[in-house]
Parts: sequence; structure tokens; C-alpha cells
Amino acid sequence: MNVQQKIPTDESQAVEHLDMADGSKGLHQEEPLIFEIGRTGKTGVDLPDVALTKDRLGGLARKDEIGLPNLSEPEVVRHYVRLSQKNYSIDAGLYPLGSCTMKHNPRLNEKMARLPGFADIHPLQPQSTVQGALEMIGELADWLMKLTGMPAIALSPKAGAHGELCGVMAMRAALEARGEHRTKILVPESAHGTNPATASLCGFSVSPIPATDDGHVDTAAFIEALGPDVAGIMLTNPNTCGLFERDIIEIADAVHDAGGYFYCDGANFNAIVGRVRPGDLGIDAMHINLHKTFSTPHGGGGPGAGPVVLSDALAPFAPMPYVVLQDGAWRIVENNGNESFGRMTAYHGQMGMFVRALTYMLSHGADGLRQVAEDAVLNANYVLEQLRDVMTPAFVGRCMHEALFDDRFLNGTGVETLDFAKAMIDEGYHPMTMYFPLVVQGAMLIEPTETESKESLDRFVGTLRSLAEAAKSGEVERFKAAPVHAPRRRLDETTAARKPVLRWQPHK
Amino acid sequence: MRYLPLTTNDRRDMLNAIGAKSIDDLFEDVPPAARLEAGVDLPDHLGEMEVERKMTELACRNVAACNGPFFVGGGAYRHHVPAAVDHLIQRSEFLTSYTPYQPEISQGTLQYLFEFQTQVAMLTGMDVANASMYDGSTACIEAILMANRITKRSKAILSGGLHPHYAEVAETTARFTGDTIVRKAPAPEGQENLVDLIDEETSCVVVQTPSFFGNLHDVTALSDAAHEKGALLIVVVTEIISLGLLKSPGEMGADIVVAEGQSIGNALNFGGPYVGLFATRQKYIRQMPGRLCGETTDADGRRGYVLTLSTREQHIRREKATSNICTNSGLCSLAFTIHLSLLGEAGLVKLAKLNHQTAVELSEMLDGIDGVECVTSSFFNEFTLRLRKPAADVVDALVDRKVLGGIPASRLYPGDATVEDLLIVAATEMNTPDDLAALRDALTEVV
Repeated sequence: MNVQQKIPTDESQAVEHLDMADGSKGLHQEEPLIFEIGRTGKTGVDLPDVALTKDRLGGLARKDEIGLPNLSEPEVVRHYVRLSQKNYSIDAGLYPLGSCTMKHNPRLNEKMARLPGFADIHPLQPQSTVQGALEMIGELADWLMKLTGMPAIALSPKAGAHGELCGVMAMRAALEARGEHRTKILVPESAHGTNPATASLCGFSVSPIPATDDGHVDTAAFIEALGPDVAGIMLTNPNTCGLFERDIIEIADAVHDAGGYFYCDGANFNAIVGRVRPGDLGIDAMHINLHKTFSTPHGGGGPGAGPVVLSDALAPFAPMPYVVLQDGAWRIVENNGNESFGRMTAYHGQMGMFVRALTYMLSHGADGLRQVAEDAVLNANYVLEQLRDVMTPAFVGRCMHEALFDDRFLNGTGVETLDFAKAMIDEGYHPMTMYFPLVVQGAMLIEPTETESKESLDRFVGTLRSLAEAAKSGEVERFKAAPVHAPRRRLDETTAARKPVLRWQPHK
Repeated sequence: MRYLPLTTNDRRDMLNAIGAKSIDDLFEDVPPAARLEAGVDLPDHLGEMEVERKMTELACRNVAACNGPFFVGGGAYRHHVPAAVDHLIQRSEFLTSYTPYQPEISQGTLQYLFEFQTQVAMLTGMDVANASMYDGSTACIEAILMANRITKRSKAILSGGLHPHYAEVAETTARFTGDTIVRKAPAPEGQENLVDLIDEETSCVVVQTPSFFGNLHDVTALSDAAHEKGALLIVVVTEIISLGLLKSPGEMGADIVVAEGQSIGNALNFGGPYVGLFATRQKYIRQMPGRLCGETTDADGRRGYVLTLSTREQHIRREKATSNICTNSGLCSLAFTIHLSLLGEAGLVKLAKLNHQTAVELSEMLDGIDGVECVTSSFFNEFTLRLRKPAADVVDALVDRKVLGGIPASRLYPGDATVEDLLIVAATEMNTPDDLAALRDALTEVV
């Protein structure tokens, strides 16, 4: 039975007023900070109260309260469930962030990472008691080396940028071992910001190399910039414009002839996994974002994992620790690693991410991983083709796993890239990557990944087409106001930066 | 393949739409020499059951902490994590979202980061904290680099009580940044003179409390001495639960506090992922590394949160950034925040007391054994024993008796004969009276 009750006007206003009392609407609940809902006399854990008769604290016991709120378990659960409902997620919809590879995160990976034999073992317990874990790491290493065609790997880097640091440190250590002091690293203008930041942290100066009009690195400029002061290059391939660098082998040869090393940013490995081995392109080091290509969850900004594959030239300088199989037993080398440049982190790296990534690789196998690259590239090209007539592709021709558009189709509409992206939110989509790479005006970088169905892509394309047409038909206000259907409208980032409020303060 | 939704027909239709004859057309920019026609020499895909079987078999060949009496610490601790924590962090909207660069549809992540920053600042007794770092060891070197920027000096003095891995990470990085690290010899009994090392070139002094060997330090005088010479004091905490019971580093004059937050909300995970905590004084916020979440308002005037002060970061500043970091330890920081919310003030204090009480009891049980001497006078939940025999041999002998009895210091100071007989033992709320007795009995037999 479906009864429509007629509500008098005055009462309907009252109802609307009630609805807006704290801003909650339907499934979207406004939620205060945890500090604003805690009270004394509650707890979310049941622990015994210890009298502490003989303390050994040496007079350093805390006297003041910390100020943490007290809540029961149901209150804590409700608070964080409500917060979760304010987030977009890959599980809920297509997440077209170029350069980020937001693909499906299989739940089997999560289950395996929580097996007590992986999750409940300590990094410093005797090696004889963690043989299965070391073998798991050894197997992950084997998969990653075979997929990249590289002879060595450093597993400990904690994220992509940490992996870059590892690779560039290995390059400098190798140069020092040769008795050379080179000062410069060449980085394309289209590179991720982490590349120049990493080179700079390692004590190198950064020379930017321009891009050509067709979105590739300027090979001639690259080769011309090489010289005895150049330690190496950092190049992303496929590049941040979503294109494969056709001259990459020529560039690699030129770098090596000039005595430098070739660091490849592996952020876009998803486009070529199983089809191209970076080792066959002449690289010396490349990090692998396990949270991109190998589906470990992004978790709202981490944790990541950034193992680095290394060439024979750089392998001796790899950081500790690393695992070796000796006389049938696995061993982790933590100290005295001969020419190793040192240690990048406590313990052995992101074990929990290793388990997830290996689970993913075993699930796909060599055949499935090749299919991953093919479907990722096919999906991106399909999106590019379906939007070609209403949006403006940044470059002529096809792409790899990302479709890059510029803002020329918005010329004269009054709508900017940012407005277009925010309008996508009202249509139920997370925006694509905006204003990156920097070499393209008003860039919009779309990476659908291989885990989207054709139906999902068609719906996405339909939404973008209608938005592009709306922009061109003068609906500028709709774009400037967007988003209006999200938990928040546009936020004032200027004031946030000018007068930073970085924590809650109790009202005294 | 269960994770790939395209059908063979879809692929054909899509290639037609693109105007490509085959998938190979889309890879035509790849140089012919690098095209992998035969594929990679690895096995083909497996069903969920087969993968689960293989991974479980590997996992079962490890001795998990839950398999018997367990006393290993050294910067990573086994604590109880309430079931609600792991359930909540696996909600799709937390697990499978990206960095909150689009704040309108990321308020869930942003608000918990704001709560996390507040909790960390409160615990450490500092003004502000960032949205987390990779782990404690990388947070430590970032703190040193930050102190170098603030003081425009380049010499850091590391206490002999600092976790050796943290010191090695600092030494490794300094080799490339050209900075100087002065590292003191291991200080198992806690006494060392750092004050005399501080001079006009010193950017910071790095001291850990509780130390790697378990000692507690009042760093107030050290802070005064550092400030007198224009240097900063960095305090490292690797057992964050200790702050439920101990005076905060902020109260003792720290300028930067870095910590490993694993103990709250996160499993041992064989060393990672963990969560680095980073807190400092308000006046230094623009020199901080890492992500920061700040409060603001939206176009309708409602309170909301955004990532802020990003002009410090690599995606804006490129080679001039304060750090190359472009990630935090998001999900681990969420686990930390939820667990700490469940604990609350009362629960954290109880948990800290329980840890301390257990460790005090254990130390008294072991200190009486012939050939065993506790060398740590004040401690939280971890202490160091001097044994009659090399500690590494003792630990191996304990394994034969199904007890994971601690860390031989020699594992982290290879070749240093002065620590060969030292065993570092941690006790937490997870250890039962039977566990303590098992370690006592086994140690009595093997030492």
C-alpha cells in the first residue's frame, strides 16, 4: 500500500526546517567531531583497572589529563560509519583519476593479508620462525623481476616517492663507486612533482626538458642536454600525457653512452604489464606502485608500497634489507650489505602490501596481467574516441591507459576545468585528474582502468557528453555553483591556508 | 578472469568503435624490439580457492605471535586491537578511496584526519601534528631535515638509545643530503652525556624515550641545553601507548615529536605498513613535511575540512618542496584514530598501566634467575637483560621451547661485542601470567 499524505503548507515548512536543523538529509548525516560527542564515564573497551602498586616510571608519570574523549563502542562505530558515508570510493563508482590507477581492490587480498601467519608476526623475531614470510617475499620479488625483465629488486621503499628516492640514491652510490661526482638530473616538464623533489633531496640540481607539441619528451633536447655532469634522467613511461615514449630505447642508449643512469617512474606500469618489460627498454631503476598496478587499496591516501627493480649496474648498491635463499633456507640480510647504500626504513618494508600484491598477481597470472594492460588501454581509447567530438583531446591519435583532454572545448563558455570537474560530482562521479600534466592547458586526465565494464564506460561517457554540451549551451551558473549534491559545497581553501586551523581545541 | 568485466564481444565492439583492427594497434608506439610476443614466463591465473590455498600454506610456515608466549618489541608491539577497528577500516568508502584532493566528496577521510591530528597533538603534548608519515623511522629523518631547515645548520646528534634502524635511516639519508650525523654508541643502561656534544653547528638532538633498551628519560634539561645553543630537541617515541602513563615530550620541552603509532590500531605485519606520527610547535608548521588537514567552511558557511598548506609539497613546489613525500599512511592512521576513540582517556590510561604492571612483574621474575640481570632501572613495558651467554643463542634456544623471548641486541648492532649478551624483552597486555611463567622457566633452563 502506498499512501500519499498531503501535508499542509505551513507544516511542510516546519518539516523542512526540522530537516535542516543540523543539515542532515536522508542518508547523509551531519556528524560532529569525536571530541564534541565524548563524555566522561563511558568506555569502548573493557580493561581491568590496575592499581599499579610498584611503578618503575622513575618519577616521569603523567600528571595532567590528555583530554581524549570517552565513548562506548556503538557511538564510535556510528561516528565512523557516518564519516565513511561522506566519501566517494572505487567500490561505489568509476574513479577516473589519471596517474592514480584506481582499479578494483579484490577482497581476497584483504583476507590473505590478515592471516595470522602474515599479520601477527614480528619483524625482529628469529628468522627460523618466519620462513614462510621470507619465501612469500622471495616469490613476490621473482614475479616483479620477471614482469619487468630486471635482475634485482629492493623491496623496502614505503611508497612511490620513497622508491624514487631509493633509485636515485642507488644511482648516486654507483657514480661515487666509479669515482665520479655528477651534479645534474634531467627531468621532463611533464613529470610528477615527486621526480624533481626526489632528485633535489638527493643533492642533485634538476634540469627540465621540454615536451614536444605531440605530448612526447623532446628527444633531441634530451640528448643535447646530456654530458659529463649529468648523473641520469628520470622519465615516466608511458608518460604523464598517457603516451608511450617511442624513442625510449634511443634515449636510454644516449644516457648510457654519456655515462648516466636511466630512472623510470613506474606509476603507469598498468598500461604495459605483461606486454612490455621495462628491462627491454634499457632502464636502470623503476619503482612499482603496488597500490596502482597491483591493486593494494589506496586507503584514502596510503599506505602505499614502492619496490624498486634495478639493473645489474645498480644492483650492488641496493638498500638493505633483502632476502636470499641459501642452502634451502631463506635469510634476510639486514647488515653488512657490502656496497649497499644503507637502509631506507626500519624493518623490511610494507609486508601487508606484499601479501596483497602477490595475491593479486597469482589471481591474474601471466595471462590475466597481460589482459589487464590490454583492457586498460582499450578502455582509455574507447573513452577518448567517444568524447573526441565534444571535448578536445590534447593530442592527435591514440593513447595508452589514460585519455588526456585540454580545456579548448570550454573556450568562451565561462566554464573552467575546475568547474567542469566539480559538476561531475553532482552527476555522481569523482572528477578526473585536473591541471596535470602541467604541459597541457587546463588538463583533464582520465584513467578508467581495466576493471570498468563497457556499460559503465558508456554511462560515464554519456554524462561527460551532456556536461560538455551544457557548458557550451551557456549553463555557466550550474558549473560555477557545483557541487550542490555533495556532503559539502566548494570549500574555502584560501582561508584554510591563510589562517590554518589544524586541530580541535577545547572551549575553556 | 573474475576481475575483468569486458567480454570478448565488448572488446571487438570497442576496437571497432576506435577504428583499430586488433589490440596490437593500440601498442604500436612500443618499439618492435620491446614487444613481448610470447608473454612472461610466469604461471597463468588461478581461482580464488587455489590462491587462498597457496597463500595459507606460506602463512602457516611462520610462528605467529598468537601461537605461544611472545615478548618481542623493539619498536613494534603486539597489542589487542578491538574487532570494530578492522571492520570499520574495511568499509569501502575508507578502504577504496583516494587521497582527499576533492574535499566535497572526501569529508569522511578529511574529518578523521583532523581528529587524528588532534589526538596526536594531545598525546605528544604539542600544538599541531600532520596527517601521518610512512612510519616512525622515516618520520625521524624528516624531523632532522626539518630541524636543519629551521636552524639553517646541518649537524644532528643522535642518542645511543635511539632505535638503531632509525639511526641507520638518518645516516643513509645524510650521506646524500650532505648533512652530518653524530651517532652515540649504544646506551643500554641509559646514561650518556649528550649536552657536551651540542655546539653552535648543531641543528638538533634526537633522543628516544622509552629508549630502544627501554629506559625512560627526562629530557627537560637536554631541551634547555639545546635551546641555549640554538638547536632543537627531537623526541622519538616508538611505543606510543607509553604516553598514557608518562609525561608528554611536549611537557619536557620537545620542539618536534616523532613516533611510531603502530601500537594503536595496527597489527605487527612483519614490519609494515605502520603509521608515523609527527608533531611540532605552531610556529614551525610551514616547515613541516607531509600532508596537513585543516578546518574551513564551504560555500554555504558549513564547517568542513581540506588538505592545506600544500604549497610546501612536491606537487606544487617540485624541486623546492620541503619533502618528496606524496602519501601518508591513511588507513593505518584511521585504525589509530578509531582504536584511540574506543580507548578514550580512561581506556588508554588503563591499557598503559596494564602494560607497565605486566612488565614490572616480568622483570622481577626474570631478574632473580641465575645468570640474568635486568639493567634497566626505569622503564614502561620493555627492558634489557644482561645474560651469562650470547643473547642470540639464548633466543634460538627459547624458540626450541616454543617461546619468542625477545630481541638479541646483537641483531641490530652486528659486530659490537659490548651488546652481545643483551636481550631486550617487551611485555604487553597480551601476555598472560602463564606466558610470563613460561618465559621464566624456559630462560632458567637455557641461560
